[in-house]
Amino acid sequence: MGKTISEKILSHASGKDAYAGDIVVARIDAAMMHDGMAQLVINAFRGMNGKTLWDPNRVAIVIDHVAPSAYEAFSKVHKMMRMFAFKHNAKFYEVGSGVCHQLMIESGLVHPGGVVVGSDSHTCTYGALGAFATGIGSTEMAAVLLSGKLWFKVPETIEVLIEGRLPPMVFPKDVILKIVGAIKAYGATYKAIEFKGSTVKSMNVEGKLTLTNMTVEMGAKTGIIEPDEKTYEFLKALGYREIKGFTSDEDAEYSDSIKFDVSDLEPQISCPHAVDNVKTVKEVEGKKIDQVFIGSCTNGRLYDLRIAAEIMKGKHAKKGVRVIVIPASRKVYREAVKEGLIDIFLDFGCAVCNPGCGPCAGAHQGILAPGERCISTSNRNFKARMGSPEAEIYLASPATAAVSAVIGEITDPRRFLKEG
Amino acid sequence: MLGPGKVWKFGDDVNTDYIIAGKYKLSITDLDELSRHAMETLMPDFSKKVKKGDFIVAGRNFGCGSSREQAPLVLKRLEISAVIAKSFARIFYRNAVNIGLPVIECADVDKIEEGDILEADIQRGYVKNVTKMETYRIKPLPSEIQEILLEGGLVKYVKKHGRLPWQ
Repeated sequence: MGKTISEKILSHASGKDAYAGDIVVARIDAAMMHDGMAQLVINAFRGMNGKTLWDPNRVAIVIDHVAPSAYEAFSKVHKMMRMFAFKHNAKFYEVGSGVCHQLMIESGLVHPGGVVVGSDSHTCTYGALGAFATGIGSTEMAAVLLSGKLWFKVPETIEVLIEGRLPPMVFPKDVILKIVGAIKAYGATYKAIEFKGSTVKSMNVEGKLTLTNMTVEMGAKTGIIEPDEKTYEFLKALGYREIKGFTSDEDAEYSDSIKFDVSDLEPQISCPHAVDNVKTVKEVEGKKIDQVFIGSCTNGRLYDLRIAAEIMKGKHAKKGVRVIVIPASRKVYREAVKEGLIDIFLDFGCAVCNPGCGPCAGAHQGILAPGERCISTSNRNFKARMGSPEAEIYLASPATAAVSAVIGEITDPRRFLKEG
Repeated sequence: MLGPGKVWKFGDDVNTDYIIAGKYKLSITDLDELSRHAMETLMPDFSKKVKKGDFIVAGRNFGCGSSREQAPLVLKRLEISAVIAKSFARIFYRNAVNIGLPVIECADVDKIEEGDILEADIQRGYVKNVTKMETYRIKPLPSEIQEILLEGGLVKYVKKHGRLPWQ
């Protein structure tokens, strides 16, 4: 019987001939923890009498959720993290390095065919590189730090076939929002989602990362895409040595297969207060906005910033609208400076903040007041996610967010095509 | 046996932000203080109302969203007997087991109302509704998971056995 890419990776990492439903103990290739959970991880590691990390070179410790620290309590957490990282010689990413997931992509730690865990639900993002990557809690992370292993139930896989050429001003974010709206917040629980089809093939790796990033919003254990030449080129450019990954067999078994034709897809938007409450931008057009956030592990990469900058060029944000731009990593930031994107953002009146999670984590850099409305390129819009429970968050593509910043209302980005 | 305790009823897709909001999780590190904000977005004074031994009963996909272990931790700190739901999100479920918070999958949650008094027994596999004089079957927990739960979580398991369950 054929295997899916996820079954192959977990078979390889466990040394067993594993299929969906089997419980395996897999070897972990890399582990990541961030400041939102670090204190719990370190305490659990000590509680388990942990003395040394199983492999310090495979452990990344990142300060990104409250970076720089906005509270004394978190300054203490950061201090604890630094001491732990230095003592154990782990890879440490200081304040200003970027969002943990982007750093992992750039780090050389995530390779096709590998198994990666992170103390963050959006760890599933790395599936775009053909890795099996999933979020875990802090106690399990402590167990991984000790042993380099973890038990997994090999997931069933939902095949998501995406066909067709994306229309102008429609982007990978619109595609994944459409899919989340269809599969719903519970529709892929415990399962892997494997993206296939001509649309996925034609996307750049940054676009694929946007797809896999949001698979946890459907409950999925991971999102995954077969690596291809583009993936290997992307990794090569980042300085990775080439490691061949796996592909799914023709006769692999999928629990479900869902097709999307995106040739006529309209710009999509996730409305308050649930990620799967997805509508077309047209349906909610005209709602006044107070804040725009362009960034996050979903849409804070160079490709996203270019899209926003192209729209913002030569324009200024509508009066009363604050625009926060946060490049996903220092590398992205530097490239955006070189390309002149940051100049465009500054001329537009944006607050360009240091790389990190920004307002998406709800701690700082853009907390909403009661009654305010934010359009964000991030991945969650739960009530009170960015501050007040009486505020609203809409999730959309960088193009929709940028055009909305110009107009001061939620706006279909195709309007930009007509008006230029 | 878990309980007896009163039921606090919630709906579908209760995410971890609703169990404990990011703005608190990322500014408060003291668990006692943090637990005062548990379920606040859905029920502002939940932490004051809830008593030791009470149950949370919810619909499908309880604990979806982020991987924050603070979510099951604040419920445990409030001495909730168990969370009973139609289904759980994956990471929350694993986290709850790993910190020793009982999580029970039960198809009959719609029969349970807020204020009902429940008892539950994971090993014997039932939830008893004392108020309605009904008994519901629960989805049995795999023995490995039950073992971690009965030891009070993964850290306590390792302390006792000197190894991880999979070692």
